[in-house]
Amino acid sequence: MTRYNFAYLNEQTKKMIRRALLKAIAIPGYQVPFASREMPMPYGWGTGGVQVTASILTADDVLKVIDQGADDTTNAVSIRKFFKKTAEVRTTEVTEDASVIQTRHRIPETPLREDQILVYQVPIPEPLRFLEPRETETRKMHAYEDYGLMHVKLYEDISQHGHIATTYAYPVSVEGRYVMDPSPTPKFDNPKMNDCPALQLFGAGREKRIYAVPPYTRVVSLDFEDHPFEVQQWDAPCELCGARDTFLDEVITDDAGGRMFVCSDTDYCSKRQAESEAAE
Amino acid sequence: MSADLSKPLLKVDNINKQFGSTVACDDISFELWPGEILGIVGESGSGKTTLLRSIAGLIEPDSGSISYAGDGELVEVDKLPEPALRQLQRTEWAFVHQHPRDGLRMNVSAGANIGERLMANQWRHYANIRAEALKWLEAVEIDASRIDDLPRTFSGGMQQRLQIARNLVTRPKLVFMDEPTGGLDVSVQARLLDLVRGLVRDLGLSAIIVTHDLAVARLLSTRMMVMRKGEVIEQGLTDQILEDPQAPYSQLLVSSVLQV
Repeated sequence: MTRYNFAYLNEQTKKMIRRALLKAIAIPGYQVPFASREMPMPYGWGTGGVQVTASILTADDVLKVIDQGADDTTNAVSIRKFFKKTAEVRTTEVTEDASVIQTRHRIPETPLREDQILVYQVPIPEPLRFLEPRETETRKMHAYEDYGLMHVKLYEDISQHGHIATTYAYPVSVEGRYVMDPSPTPKFDNPKMNDCPALQLFGAGREKRIYAVPPYTRVVSLDFEDHPFEVQQWDAPCELCGARDTFLDEVITDDAGGRMFVCSDTDYCSKRQAESEAAE
Repeated sequence: MSADLSKPLLKVDNINKQFGSTVACDDISFELWPGEILGIVGESGSGKTTLLRSIAGLIEPDSGSISYAGDGELVEVDKLPEPALRQLQRTEWAFVHQHPRDGLRMNVSAGANIGERLMANQWRHYANIRAEALKWLEAVEIDASRIDDLPRTFSGGMQQRLQIARNLVTRPKLVFMDEPTGGLDVSVQARLLDLVRGLVRDLGLSAIIVTHDLAVARLLSTRMMVMRKGEVIEQGLTDQILEDPQAPYSQLLVSSVLQV
């Protein structure tokens, strides 16, 4: 079998996607339509993110792929292998070493730098979708900054649950203009999007939309004056590394109700464990 | 009321609207004055609803102009850019649909339905929005305990009252109503009419009400327009038209009302 073109996609397609990316960066939070391609993986597995990564990847890049914060889950492993094979780029699990990080759900706990790019896999890019099914209408609402409906959703949350119960895909306002769905990242990560030194790119393959948050952009989570935005908190620290400021996953350990809470960012957690072992 | 009574609130000039070869509105002009309730009556298919929707900016008429005097100056509404028109539609105007399902958001609670216009107008304090919603539920005689229920669990009459509350919450100056009592049984109709009449009086609203029911027009409106085949065939004070209809069709309409 002959070799793949670098990073699988042909050059014309990458050019088309890069143009969409440039437009997206120029208009922070605005959803740019693009001609999404069929990828050799099903929709919902990150076809949007993969196309964005394929378009920005260079031979010198070091790629990290995470799924729910972990480097070793199926989705992350297969996408990493995909680019290893088609682009022959170096891959890593260490956040600091990566130049491009493709993610499903999480933003790494390690602060990102200016020379890094974070690529999100997005299932539903339209934050207004669940209240307004018509695309013609949601586009107008974005154009006219007609975002009252977003608060209707949050109102409904408080009235049904007593607090804003949305924990992921929590809507944000980007640079005071467009309201954006930050993909299904937990709202714990929303504050990390604000004023982030790294470029953040979002690709939705099935919905054929690309959007972006340029470095150092103001990203504000929507809320009410008397119900301000809050991130999740846990009662106990991570059981493996003892971190108190990270996003924890609940892991079931047996069938007798045993459970433990551990960092969802596996790289960050193992690094902390190694550090504490070295200190001993 | 501080409204300027010397100038019309709404001025409609030569509205035409055709659907293919069917003429729905044929060169219709009228003025609406502050505090006035105008009833538009006629048989079904006479162009009443099309006229109402054209004036309210929900559909675009083929020709003609609509001017509205919100703060004194007459503004040509049909020339307004869409964001400004939408702003008008969610603040100073309100539209009550015939079917509550068209005017309500069925998948969010009653409270959120009432709060939507407030939130669209930059209300960002949950407790205030909720307090306002409760106030309006009371105003339209819906039990406060239903505030978190979905409208689909409401009866038809309650849904219609909820739609009215949702529309009046921003205290509009001009309300468009399309057959507000259609599809309701007679006793519910009577209560709803009573309620609307009270609200209209208390808030000093102006309104245009489309109905095929002369009784509704008689109860609510001060002035009446009779439409037939896209044309206004007669207009005048409600009592006058009901007592002494001039046009043959109006006579037919008035005489065909069942007397109990």
